[in-house]
Amino acid sequence: MQSHAQNSTDPEADQTYFEMFSLPRKLTIDTDALERDFYKLSRKLHPDLFARKSAEEQAWSLRQSSLLNDAYRTLKEPVARTAYLLKLEGIRIEDENSENRDPQAKQNRVPADLLEEVFELNMQLEEMRANLKMGEDDPALRSDLVRAQAQFKGMLASVDEDLRHAWAAWDLALDTNDAAGKTKQKDTMVALLDRRSYLRNLLREVDSVLTPQVAGITKVNI
Amino acid sequence: MAETETTRVVGIDLGTTNSLVAFMQGDQPQVIPGEDGSRLVPSVVAMPAAGKERVIVGNRAGSHLLTNPDRAVYSVKRLMGRGVDDVTEELKLFPFRLAPDVQAGEVLRIEVGRQQYTPPEISAYILRQLKRNAERYFGAPVTQAVITVPAYFNDAQRQATKDAGRMAGLEVLRLVNEPTAAALAYGLDRQKDGIVAVYDLGGGTFDISILKLHEGIFEVISTNGDTHLGGDDLDNLLLAIALDEIESEEKISARQHPELLQALRKAVIDAKIALSSSDSARIEVPLPNGQLYRREITRAQFEQLIEPILQRTAEPCRQALRDAGLTAADIGEVVLVGGSTRIPRVQQLLSELFELPARGKRPHTELNPDEVVALGAAVQANILAGGSAATEEMLLLDVTPLSLGIEALGGVVAKIIQRNSTIPASATEHFTTGLDGQTNVAIHVLQGERELAKDCRSLARFDLKGIPPMTAGLPRIEVKFLIDANGLLHVSAVEARSGKQAEIAVKPTYGLTDEQVESMILESFDNAEADFQERQLIEARNEASTILSAVEKAPQHPAWQQLTGEERATISELVTELEILRDAGDLDSLRRGTEALDQATRHFAELMMDATVSSALHGETMTTADAKIGEGPAAPHPIAPADFR
Repeated sequence: MQSHAQNSTDPEADQTYFEMFSLPRKLTIDTDALERDFYKLSRKLHPDLFARKSAEEQAWSLRQSSLLNDAYRTLKEPVARTAYLLKLEGIRIEDENSENRDPQAKQNRVPADLLEEVFELNMQLEEMRANLKMGEDDPALRSDLVRAQAQFKGMLASVDEDLRHAWAAWDLALDTNDAAGKTKQKDTMVALLDRRSYLRNLLREVDSVLTPQVAGITKVNI
Repeated sequence: MAETETTRVVGIDLGTTNSLVAFMQGDQPQVIPGEDGSRLVPSVVAMPAAGKERVIVGNRAGSHLLTNPDRAVYSVKRLMGRGVDDVTEELKLFPFRLAPDVQAGEVLRIEVGRQQYTPPEISAYILRQLKRNAERYFGAPVTQAVITVPAYFNDAQRQATKDAGRMAGLEVLRLVNEPTAAALAYGLDRQKDGIVAVYDLGGGTFDISILKLHEGIFEVISTNGDTHLGGDDLDNLLLAIALDEIESEEKISARQHPELLQALRKAVIDAKIALSSSDSARIEVPLPNGQLYRREITRAQFEQLIEPILQRTAEPCRQALRDAGLTAADIGEVVLVGGSTRIPRVQQLLSELFELPARGKRPHTELNPDEVVALGAAVQANILAGGSAATEEMLLLDVTPLSLGIEALGGVVAKIIQRNSTIPASATEHFTTGLDGQTNVAIHVLQGERELAKDCRSLARFDLKGIPPMTAGLPRIEVKFLIDANGLLHVSAVEARSGKQAEIAVKPTYGLTDEQVESMILESFDNAEADFQERQLIEARNEASTILSAVEKAPQHPAWQQLTGEERATISELVTELEILRDAGDLDSLRRGTEALDQATRHFAELMMDATVSSALHGETMTTADAKIGEGPAAPHPIAPADFR
């Protein structure tokens, strides 16, 4: 690992991911076209093409290609794309891994309509963990959890469906320059992303209890 | 000429067991052989006992393993970028002797006699040998290289490899992931789009990479692996059995007999190789008490024995598929890399994993699995040197194998760059102070997938200094983390309010500082022209001596009588001339003299060949094969020797 001085007066540093690809701030993106543009830009910016150039040009290529890669990675994933757009619009979104920073935070964000289900699920998870520790398995409890898992997966799917509607609505509001519509969709998407992230964490816990033998491996990847 | 010299970049596969150097000859990558003609240089370094002797690398060092095992170091790649806590398991089975005062969190030091060497220094000796082989081949200095590393190497392991290059006098233009290099080598011939999986089971490391090939772009989608899983581990299983049996039957502890340990290691490696082509193999090693240890092992037994280790490659493959969002059926082709993929059970296992038989496919083995990584490194070297007709459309987009994170409250890790992100990749994080007037902030950077900092790999601790004293929480320090195309991390910081560059003090957890690397640069600067000339002269003298001693014996051969008197006179004239040139110091005339004698004796050589063609050919093959088998661990040969002398 190396530390080095950063050129703080970088005119291109302010380029947004959308601008990198000359795209409007829309949430519906043709990902095939995005990939083609990514390859095209990579052929111009990648450090491999600058190996024999000056140190300044190499540093420029490194900055530009990392920006390009970050942009592509963010824009090709609809959820990351949404979170990024909201951030550009001045809204701070907790990212997918943010629960790591404050384990308590997620407990406080239980969506109101889920309180009851989550309370019951947590009881079952506790019991299941206690069983696992003792090396026991309670088939009834397991099937309850499997049922809960399916239920929460269903909720996740409906969040994703709602998100897709919100994207289309946002794009329309952008096209028609509808400021109120944009604000409304932003609020909707913030709420949906929160709910989505909450459900995913919950499912992650259920998965780790239901498949403990691979928990150590699968748990780390989500 | 000057132009080609500056752009001659070699590709190096710095392997656990063997290392190779290759370059692009026209539109084909070629392995550069060593002076002894062998393409693989065993990654074995023998240290001199006395000051006068030289460090020996490769095949000749391999023979030291049997006679002077405590002076030879091998499989050092396993120790690169690692700390003492990481290697306790390795130390049980490998005869590394660590310096007794190595502390946790420090770079390891290996003790050989009274000397101590860090793993990058040992690797630097191997790299220097490869550099010399290339220089000998080109007749010109080589100063730039692409070096391959296991895809799953972390930042510390990569940095250690780069440091080794610098110590060897090589500017490392790029570290390339081994499976990706292999894909480049395969992709060169067949510009075919699709999804490819590269399964790389080498001497000490395992990688799986999944790539998408599209019009010359090689985009890695996901990678996974285990940097401590390889052919070495299979050897250790067989070795453990032999050690146990010898201990219980003969009451001999091989650990007390380093020579015996090495003889056993060599015997089990031979048996392992034999079992790839025969149904059974025999291990026979004479013991210090005059008895003979003899054991038969069948392929079925061997497969049963190694199955748990081979199964450890399955989960990384499944994980790589999951990360890529693909299923086995999406994989168009599977490429095999690494000597261990010659084991039939390995091929069977991965064929099952990727459902190849059901789809009427077979894994690709067209390119020699020992050489394919070096060939790919040569392709990448060519791309970096400006490309050629063969490579101009090729571009490699690789990923970082491990997530990058920073330690947050409660010892948990906040991930800032996810694994399998295309590199270069960056992340910007904001930090502030917790106390009024605080002028320092400490940041702990880690790599790994686990949630707690203690379970991840500590890369470094950064101390941001010189923050203007302000009320707690007011300073905004923007820290930029950037992973470059080598997979190496760079960190820079700026205090946003004052716009001041924040000063960063880096304490690499398992790395060497710049000053340390500088001090370890191998004393003889072999990139220096003077030294290079001298070495060229030494080598030219050796060549002259070789041909002179051959010609000296010529008159005893019946073929000599078939030469004309004129031919014989010319030869003897040239011999006298070359003897004088050898003792003088002019490289060019010495080379011309050698060449002239070589030309003049060509007819004789042909006559000699005609006379003894079958036996000579046969004898030569046997000797070369034997020499290879006898030296270096796992010298590759398709058919192992039947017995052991």
